[in-house]
Amino acid sequence: MFKAVLTVVFFCLAGLVSLVESPLAHADIKSYEFSEPKMANRFVDLTTVLRCPKCQNQNLADSDSIIAKDLRAQVQSLINKGQTDQQITDFMVQRYGEFILYDPPLKKSTLVLWLGPFGMVLIGSWALWFFGRKTQNQGAMLTPLEQQQLDQLLADNKHTDRD
Amino acid sequence: MTTTGKRLLMVSPMLMAFALGVFLYQGIGQDPNYSESSLIGQPLPTFSGETLLAPSKAVTQADMLGQPALINVWATWCPTCRAEHEFLVDIAEQDEVRIFGVNYHDQRSGAQQWLQELGNPYVFSVFDPNGILGIELGVVGAPETYLIDAQGVVVDKLTGELNERTWPLLRSQYLSLLEETN
Repeated sequence: MFKAVLTVVFFCLAGLVSLVESPLAHADIKSYEFSEPKMANRFVDLTTVLRCPKCQNQNLADSDSIIAKDLRAQVQSLINKGQTDQQITDFMVQRYGEFILYDPPLKKSTLVLWLGPFGMVLIGSWALWFFGRKTQNQGAMLTPLEQQQLDQLLADNKHTDRD
Repeated sequence: MTTTGKRLLMVSPMLMAFALGVFLYQGIGQDPNYSESSLIGQPLPTFSGETLLAPSKAVTQADMLGQPALINVWATWCPTCRAEHEFLVDIAEQDEVRIFGVNYHDQRSGAQQWLQELGNPYVFSVFDPNGILGIELGVVGAPETYLIDAQGVVVDKLTGELNERTWPLLRSQYLSLLEETN
């Protein structure tokens, strides 16, 4: 049981770490000019959660592909035009589909995506608990006499090692 | 707990792992770059641009309407565009397919020279050096080819090379659109 608890705790910690760790934008933000400093922060946030449509595992901030550069410039221009984060996200989804969102909305087609990891943790902790418990039972099956013999054997072994 | 129950409990993680295996197996062989264009079923975005060959000539999406057509996104820096160019010239000349070009992130002089040397399959090419029209169309990279109907509604999209193998995917739709129009 303890093993199972440990497993769950481990996964919760892993989850926490990924929440706390703030993703770094790798694009050189200084080359993008904004009328307000706050806008630069929004630019970093948006280009972090928007995915590069060409390069799959990178966000807009991270990618050097032509399309990522274009879309960064587009995000910059939309921010400077006074559009909200929601408006900019909608603009991108309209053209590139929900594929472009690294933080997809929870709906029927994304259910596996959102609940899958919890299911895996569940399966994993269940399996650990199940097989862990079985091992403990086997250990408890030694009779006092057997335990005594085992201790004797271990002691003998230690003695032999020293020689 | 009964023996059957115990056994069931023992094999259930294995069953679930197996189910996961089946689910993941289905993903093998699928093109990871495939993503359905969100423009399909939508009218062409409104735009105004200049053509590659005549900088002073302004064109809009309205100039692409009237007949079903292909919109081909190309650039001289794109090797696959070079590979498909001859095929585009072929279908434009022999099958009289109406093709519009979007010259994407390119230099005007180099692109003009390319058309002179390799032939020009396009009614006109919109000069899009900054990818502005590209973003409106949801272009990810060159080459991409869109099939539009006479009203300018995007019917299908092909990412990658247009050739003998991929053209049939669009051709049947193109022909039925042509029949509807005439």
